[in-house]
Amino acid sequence: MSTAVLDTPREEKTEIVKNWKNPTILSVIAVISLILLGFRAPAKQVTFRLGDGIRWADIPNLQIPAVAYGWVAAVVMIALALFSLVLMNRGKKMPLILNVVFWFFFISGILVWAIGSASSSNVSLVSILSGALALSIPMIFGSMGGLLCERSGVVNIAIEGQLLFGAFSAVLVGSMTDSPWAGLLAAMIGGVLVSLILATFSIKYLVDQTIVGVVVNVLVSGLTGFFFTRILQANPAELNSAPKLPGFEIPVLSQIPVVGPVLFNQSVLIYLMYIVVGLIWFALNKSKWGLRTRAVGEHPKAADTLGVNVNRLRFSNVLMAGAVAGMGGAFFTLVSVSTFNADMTSGQGYIALAALIFGRWKPLGALMASLLFGFSLQMQFVLSGLGTTIPTELLAMLPYVVTILAVAGLVGRSRGPAASGKPYIKG
Amino acid sequence: MSVEETLQAQEGLAASATALGTAEQKTKDNPNPQMGEQYRPSLATRILGGGVGLSIGAMIAAFIVGGLLIAVTDSKTQQASQYFFARPSDTLIYGWRAASEAYVALFQGSIFNFEANTFVRQINPLFETLTVSIPLILAGLAVAIAFRTGLFNIGAQGQIILGAIFATFVAINFNFPLVVTLLLIIIGGLLGGAIWGGLVGLLKAKTGAHEVILSIMLNYIAVYLLQYLLKNSLQRPGNTNPISPIFEDNAIFPRIFGDGTPFRLHWGFVLALAAVFFVSWLLNRSTIGFRLRAVGANPGAAKNAGISVSAGYILVMSIAGALAGLAGALQVSGTEKVLNTGVAASFGFDAITVALLGRSTPWGTFFAALLYGAFRAGGTNMQVSTGTPIDLVLVVQALIVLFIAAPPLVRAIFRLPDPAKPRKKSAKKKASQKAVEAK
Amino acid sequence: MKLELRGVTKKFGDFTANDSIDLVVEPGTVHTLLGENGAGKSTLMNVVYGLYEPTEGEILIDDQPVTFNGPSDAMNAGIGMVHQHFMLVPVFTVAENVALGSEATKGVSLDLATTRKKIREISDQYGFEVDPDAVVEDLPVGVQQRVEIIKALVRDAEVLILDEPTAVLTPSETDQLLGIMDQLRQDGKSLLFISHKLREVRAISNDITVIRRGKVVGKADPTVSTNELATMMVGKNVQLVVDKEEAHTNSDTFEVKDLSLVAPNGVPLLKNVNFTVHGGEILAVAGVQGNGQTELTEAIIGLQPKATGSLKLGETELMGKSTKQILRAGVGFVPEDRSTDGLVGSFSISENLILDLFDRKEFSRAATLNRSAISKNADRAIEEFDIRVGHKNDAAATLSGGNQQKIVVARELTRDLKLFVASQPTRGVDVGSIEFIHKRIVAERDKGVPVIIVSTELDEVYALADRIAVFFHGELMGIAPADTPRGVLGQMMAGATYEEALASADFGSDVGTGAATVEQSENNLPWAEGENR
Repeated sequence: MSTAVLDTPREEKTEIVKNWKNPTILSVIAVISLILLGFRAPAKQVTFRLGDGIRWADIPNLQIPAVAYGWVAAVVMIALALFSLVLMNRGKKMPLILNVVFWFFFISGILVWAIGSASSSNVSLVSILSGALALSIPMIFGSMGGLLCERSGVVNIAIEGQLLFGAFSAVLVGSMTDSPWAGLLAAMIGGVLVSLILATFSIKYLVDQTIVGVVVNVLVSGLTGFFFTRILQANPAELNSAPKLPGFEIPVLSQIPVVGPVLFNQSVLIYLMYIVVGLIWFALNKSKWGLRTRAVGEHPKAADTLGVNVNRLRFSNVLMAGAVAGMGGAFFTLVSVSTFNADMTSGQGYIALAALIFGRWKPLGALMASLLFGFSLQMQFVLSGLGTTIPTELLAMLPYVVTILAVAGLVGRSRGPAASGKPYIKG
Repeated sequence: MSVEETLQAQEGLAASATALGTAEQKTKDNPNPQMGEQYRPSLATRILGGGVGLSIGAMIAAFIVGGLLIAVTDSKTQQASQYFFARPSDTLIYGWRAASEAYVALFQGSIFNFEANTFVRQINPLFETLTVSIPLILAGLAVAIAFRTGLFNIGAQGQIILGAIFATFVAINFNFPLVVTLLLIIIGGLLGGAIWGGLVGLLKAKTGAHEVILSIMLNYIAVYLLQYLLKNSLQRPGNTNPISPIFEDNAIFPRIFGDGTPFRLHWGFVLALAAVFFVSWLLNRSTIGFRLRAVGANPGAAKNAGISVSAGYILVMSIAGALAGLAGALQVSGTEKVLNTGVAASFGFDAITVALLGRSTPWGTFFAALLYGAFRAGGTNMQVSTGTPIDLVLVVQALIVLFIAAPPLVRAIFRLPDPAKPRKKSAKKKASQKAVEAK
Repeated sequence: MKLELRGVTKKFGDFTANDSIDLVVEPGTVHTLLGENGAGKSTLMNVVYGLYEPTEGEILIDDQPVTFNGPSDAMNAGIGMVHQHFMLVPVFTVAENVALGSEATKGVSLDLATTRKKIREISDQYGFEVDPDAVVEDLPVGVQQRVEIIKALVRDAEVLILDEPTAVLTPSETDQLLGIMDQLRQDGKSLLFISHKLREVRAISNDITVIRRGKVVGKADPTVSTNELATMMVGKNVQLVVDKEEAHTNSDTFEVKDLSLVAPNGVPLLKNVNFTVHGGEILAVAGVQGNGQTELTEAIIGLQPKATGSLKLGETELMGKSTKQILRAGVGFVPEDRSTDGLVGSFSISENLILDLFDRKEFSRAATLNRSAISKNADRAIEEFDIRVGHKNDAAATLSGGNQQKIVVARELTRDLKLFVASQPTRGVDVGSIEFIHKRIVAERDKGVPVIIVSTELDEVYALADRIAVFFHGELMGIAPADTPRGVLGQMMAGATYEEALASADFGSDVGTGAATVEQSENNLPWAEGENR
């Protein structure tokens, strides 16, 4: 053709699209913080004990005047909010690190303010944080279970059921065998059984995945409640008192100030969590299985035409998800307490799902989101223990409100796996 | 490609609004890709194979599983099973006895108690069932109407709570004559639920957030809000427990059969029945229902026809919320006469199974709600008189829905004909011809 | 490598999609499978690629019978496929897409370096210019297609199946692809090319097999005239000529001024589009799919709230109005994809016929639908538009494509219109219905209504247009008269303005260029569906 000049595609100039959601929400939060943390700050010294759990040295306590810190936090947040407004006006986004700084000051500001408002203002930072970590465990495992499903294209609302059945199986087998390890294994198998129902109905019978998930949760709640009353309660000594999973201290690492006792002096389940999260992160991003799993979650037909068996991979991933979420269930009966109680997971599976979405379907994101939820759960306990004037119910709502903001895209739009929730029918 | 994708992202609504529908709709709308188009089975096939037959089959299967659970957890049966090979009949007899006793108790507690001495007492369980079914009918409608618009309303729980809160607020703050107060209570319930449901619709419409996550979060927020209010403005004076004052007589729905009978059934049931008629008209006969159904069945086509999908979502979630809110209001001012943290029980979740069993039609939902009301009323009696935990009812409910959701499974168990696969040759030919033409 | 099909039959239930097809692809040749949409080409390809199992017959590779249980078997046997709808994961990089399914590993981890190296090698060999680390969704369509070809070549494919590869390409991209195919042929690969576009088929093929309704109806030589090929493909010598007189324009206008639209990611979808359509004329909008035509119609109908500029229908400004208000203002709209945008499949035919009219007073009273009026309306429309239905209360999804489209057209033409916009009005529609729909569109024009038709089929554009507007990357490249030669339009579709294209159009230098009128009647029905009711 004589039009070789036109063969190359024209340069596409993209235009600046301004998205005011994030700067607006930051500004609103900053202003609220100014009023709350600055003007309504309690005139008190907040003491964080840092030395707990450290043997080699005496670490001084961290003394923070609530008023001063409140003002510092509020001013920094206002400055960052203004900065993000200015940037957005030029069509740019605020760098991630500054966003992190903003949220750090928000969370720590609230923490200081809330503890300052309590009748006792002397707390151990180590116990707050290690408690928060422990409370996050079921949510972390749960969200990892959700992640394995959703990244391969199956919505997992049944995390709640997997946790609950995991907890139940753990206590039953743990008590019968008197071995927490057998209990842990049983928890994983329990989770897999729940997954089996989810996978069979959603992949084989093509029933709507969300509906199956909800119904499976009802089923598990009913089954465990039934067996709990009928079997466990009939013989609690032999069937409903499992030995706890041991905890141990990792030498050297556990002696790092604050971080050490929080991260490295914990139950073995928490160390397992580190391994599981690391493995999932590695496998998803760096392995053949991960490439296939992501492909199946995004564009199953493309994977199929390249010889990947879509439904088999989905099936096995859903089962694996059950094992992972089941481990989270073991937390309730092998770490937290030793006995099962009806509906003892109290909706944490749903929070795990929220954490997954909040964490944008990424292992580390979901981990961070779960930790945030665990932290807010811990704060409720800590604050009610300290005798605070803030109603704990309102505090308890916070993670849910934050999740709504997150999924509504105010904190940043999240794009899930494209094929999630869609059954794959060959042909 | 990227352009199309970004557009899709922008119109996230239509893209994410994959019509949920009931399990039945799902399988129908997923015809074998080769067969292409839908095939309309004859009425007889539909009744035998698809609808009622399937539901009954699913129910029988669920009850059998439930019976097995009772039998294997029965202590006498367990003992007998230790010498099963010596005398298998013992195991079977004890197992049968345990299961049948439980189910008889379930029946006696829900429909007719033939052991009672007067007819009024004998028939009382039936009215108890109707009373219990009131919130299930309304919340079931709230889920069903959303299903028909392509949304999964898992938030009936929170909507019930908000309705109950608003109704309680009216009841303890206003002191008007009976009819006026009740009217205000009804309005309060409708409003409270509508706000909670409408919020989900609004957020979904404006931001494309998934309604399931939003509803779940709002359920929790509602629970904590209720706890908070019951310790503050709604708390019974001089009480430290989270409980409201007992409602005054002018804020309580009167019993239908008067106070002389033991029947607790109140006029709220009539309201629930009216709601069924209303939703039936709304969905099938009204222009609003036409809009909603179009949005549910094909949001893309709805948009192109000038039907606003966003408005549809907001509207249907408000209506759904209002229905569930009314359930909350009737629960506090009709059945319970007081507000406590357990006001919503698990009605909101039961409502999902009710709507699924009722296939999201108003009357289907009504009858499914009566059935589940019977389970609930009878389950209490079963627990008290035979020691079978009421949780069994949950198991049976969930199994029914699972079995119905997977028709091939139930068909396999009961060897029912498959309506999707026409038996007559001519019909099959016609269907495949259509498929060709559509290609 | 030689690929041979012997008596391959594929049945779905009682429906025979492929009826004992025989076909041989010799190494170093391009063998074209020619047929209309729905003739069974794609089914056959899926059989060859192992996605479907043949009901009867056998596939032979180098004279050895083979059976495939899935695409991986086919790939292992040396068959590669470039799918019509690209089988690429949009969020993956090129390397990840190429690696998928046959991943190289180093220990437990993926070894993408090897894949990258292979991509670069193939890319250099054929001049593909593909960056292995680019994310696929950011690449232009033509490059994405090359990624598909790389996928096949990396797997050492000796037989390449190309399923309608030119459907999404501009004319110049098409020529590039034909060049690549020629190069592959010279390397000794066997190519099976599926197309219904006669110009390309004649330009590249060594052998041509024509199929119609699942059966081989003949073999042809590439030297055979286009007319003969078309006749073989369609079956009967239908001349699709729309009888229309000169346009009599009136003073009614629809004026588009400075219409722009930017996607959320900053990519402009429409750039300052300006044109006017007069009452009584048809403006046909041409262009390769995805160059802003869809967005144009959506903006007119109010489905693009972020669009800016002005849309004036007479004295009424449509910009900023809701879809409903725009429909009420007298705009009739046939969306491009009837099944997702035009109809509610599970609704009855009667209901679909009032989908945007249900709340008018003819059809509802006091918020309640007037069932008898709706039913009467359905009877009238079915009669007037000759919609072949079982019963008016059947679900619309049970109808054939042509009859579904008639429902949409009937609904939109029921009202008195001030503007009629139709996007791909006859896509996937049978011959009879095409004729009918074209007649109705012309009739609407002759009533004095301004009409805008968007079509990616040049033949349809020529059949209906009084003037032709061409879009490229969201820009209006110009408005050409109805008798503009095909080559000129082709260059406009690749980004030349009307004047540039006219200046550089060298008559006779290209197969496709030439007297447009001749081409038009030769190549008359490539988009039609073979249906006979």
